[in-house]
Parts: sequence; structure tokens; C-alpha cells
Amino acid sequence: MSGILNSSIGRKFAMALSALFLMVFILQHFAINILSVLSPDTFNKASHFMGTFWAVQYILQAVLILGVIFHFVMGFVLEIKNKSARNVSYAKNNGNANSSWMSRNMIWSGGFILVFLVIHFIDFWIPEINTKFVAGDMSGLIDPTNLESGFRYHEELVHKFEPIWRVALYCVGFTFLALHLLHGFGSAFQSVGANNKYTIALKGVSKVYSIGIPAGFIFIALFHHFTGTH
Amino acid sequence: MNLTLKIWRQKGANDKGKMVDYQITDVSPDMSFLEMLDVLNSELITKGDEPVAFDHDCREGICGMCSLYINGEAHGPDRGVTTCQLHMRKFKDGDTIYIEPFRAKAFPVIKDLVVDRSAFDRVQHAGGFVSVNTSGNTIDANAIPINKHDADTAFDAATCIGCGACVASCKNSSAMLFVSAKVSQFALLPQGQVEATDRVLNMVKQMDEEGFGNCTNTGACEVECPKGISLENIARMNREYLKASFKG
Repeated sequence: MSGILNSSIGRKFAMALSALFLMVFILQHFAINILSVLSPDTFNKASHFMGTFWAVQYILQAVLILGVIFHFVMGFVLEIKNKSARNVSYAKNNGNANSSWMSRNMIWSGGFILVFLVIHFIDFWIPEINTKFVAGDMSGLIDPTNLESGFRYHEELVHKFEPIWRVALYCVGFTFLALHLLHGFGSAFQSVGANNKYTIALKGVSKVYSIGIPAGFIFIALFHHFTGTH
Repeated sequence: MNLTLKIWRQKGANDKGKMVDYQITDVSPDMSFLEMLDVLNSELITKGDEPVAFDHDCREGICGMCSLYINGEAHGPDRGVTTCQLHMRKFKDGDTIYIEPFRAKAFPVIKDLVVDRSAFDRVQHAGGFVSVNTSGNTIDANAIPINKHDADTAFDAATCIGCGACVASCKNSSAMLFVSAKVSQFALLPQGQVEATDRVLNMVKQMDEEGFGNCTNTGACEVECPKGISLENIARMNREYLKASFKG
């Protein structure tokens, strides 16, 4: 067991596990966000629960941040190591003949997702942490002094998607997420050794997840931009 | 056919090397790719030039000796064949053909298109075998009943000729398809079980030490493999490795 993370397969396995964890997180994130379209009241309640329940805030959030950091750092480390395994490039290389563009450019789609994540953190996560843990307002209300003012989450979300430039930025970010997932979803299962009679069905699930979830996030952003009341 | 060949020329392991253009005329579409290179070399020798060094042996697609990265693909544009089985009918009159050695840090160029693939031999030595008592008491392998599916899958893995096309095609120069085929052919058979733990751990350790890159599941190796070795073998090796890591 010792030194498993020093081996190529061990690192690949760890990379896949972190990817599977992040894919579950994205699904959960989407499930809550789509409530903002279907039922703003339920969205507010779910957001308040996720934002204030101690196990989510102090355990799951910490695990998530570590998972994200691990996935990115390991991705870049592996890319550097893999690049160094070929010291002279081909004069002519026909990658399209044997592999998908997505599979060959995970580092680029991943890099753009990282840029998007930084913007996303600045947009939502930092103001949220600031409100709750710096200003100390755990009420989740629009006006913390007025219990009748209602939860702030839905209103804040709609407000964020007012400017078209932010909507466009999110559309681009989710497009890169789709490209990343189109290879990453199936790749994670292959890395943990799951290549069997269910693989063909898994490829179908992969396409549905990889295109459906990012498209759903894009729909949410567009929906709030065009139907927002502000 | 008249062709322009862009061929990697490198005098020796320490030479920098460069692509050199050659014109070749009256190439028959029925020639194999290596026969076309034979003709080119005859012309070069006649002119007093240094012939192009390239690997070949059986010229029947079974020895794994020929290599060559042709027009951006290992063993050229055809599927399920080695370079010696590639025919000039796959090209058109007036084509420009790029001919390069298999590229990987673990496969250093010896001369021109010849690369040193002994890294594969060292990976094999690390565990790609079954220890058998050869003192005269050897048990007939056929005496052990084996499930037909397992026997066929093990045989499919064993058809790997170790040519290195997987490494050459992989954007990471990963050798995982080769190593996984060698692990799988024994992992699926009862004879391979006794040394299964050490085999996979030692072979993967040697693979890493040789400087091959890591697999990112692009699948390029499977497509370019002249023997159609499946990615299922890599998944099996991953399972075998994890099982062995927890055991050992």
C-alpha cells in the first residue's frame, strides 16, 4: 500500500476519485440551482440550509475545497510530467485520427474552468463568506433586522445575472465544463478499472450528464437574465 | 506514383537530427511501405549517400520490429496493420509523406528512424512471465481447465507484439496499453495467479522508472495498435494494481 500515490496508476486513481467526487458535487449544485427556476421559495430554503448547516459548512465545504485544489494541482503536475515524457515533438502528428479533441486538451478546458471558478468564487462564494463569517449575519434575510423581508438568496442570484457580460462569461465557462466532462466522465470510470459490459451504457449517461448539466446551468443564467425583475 | 518523402535523419544518438526531403519516382501501389524505403535506399547507395536506417525483421506483421510514425500516425494511416503490412496504395500520386521515428524519452533514437525499445524488455523482465519448473517435470498447460471466455481474452492480450505504437501514439508517451496487455494475459489465467501481486507491482514500477508518461485515457493507443489491444486491459491492470497495492 505504501507509495501508491507515487505510482502512475495510484495518481491516476486519485485523480479519478476526485473527479467522481466533483461530478457528484456538480449534480447536487445543479439540483439546488434549478430550484431557483422551478420554485424560488424552495431554492431559498435549500440555500439557507446549505449555507448554515454546520456539517455542510465546516465538513463538506472543506472537503470540496480540498478536492478542487487536489484535482487542479494533480492535473497540472501530471501534465508537466507527461509533457516531459516526449522530449522531441513530431513534425507531423495527426491526433484527430485516433482521439477526440476533448481528450487531448483536458489541461486547456481544465485551465479555463479554473479561471471561471475564480470568477465564480469572487461573484458568489466570497460575498457569502463575507456576509456570514465577517459581518456575522447568519440570518439569510434580505434585511437582517426585518424578519418579514424574506430570504436574500434568490434575489441575489437574479441580481447577479442582470449584466449580459456575466451571463456570457458563465455560458463560456459552462461550455468548457461540458468539453471537460465529455472526456472526463468516462475517463474517471476507466481509471478506477470500470470497463465492462456496462461501458456502452455509461457512454450514453456520460453524454447526457456532460451536455445536460452545463446546458442546464446555462439555461438558469439565461432564464434569470431575461425574466429578472430588477 | 511520384512522392515527396520528408524523413527524419539523425546520424547517431547524440546528433540533433533534422527532417530531410527526398523525391522518389515510379513507386508501385503494390509495394509495401518498407519496400518503397528499400527502393529509396538503393537509389541513395547508388548515389553514394547514406541509406536511411529503419527497423524491420519478419515483414509479416508479427515480430513487432518495424515502427515508423507515418503522416502523423504510428504504422501509418491504415488500421490493424504494422508498417510492413502498409501498402503504397494507401497513398496518392504527388503526396508528401512524413516519416519519423517513434518519439518518447523512453525510446531514444539510435539512428535515423531506429529507436531503442529495450525499455519494454526491462518491463517484461520485471514480471511479464510465469515461473515454470523446467527440470523435466513440466505440467502440460492444457491439463488445467480454463473458461473459454477467459482463455480467449488472455489470448487477445497476448497478441501484443510490443512494437511500441501505443507509446508513439499517446500524447503522454504512456506505455500502459503494452504493460496492461502483458499483465492481463497472465491475470486472466490460473497459471498467472501465484505471481500476480508481484508481477503488476514490479512491472508498473519499472514502467514508471523508464520515464513513460501517465495514461489519460485518450484511447489513441487502442486505435493505432496493429493488434487491436483493447483499453479494457488498462482497466484490468488498474484493478490488479490496486488489489496488489492493498495486499502487498
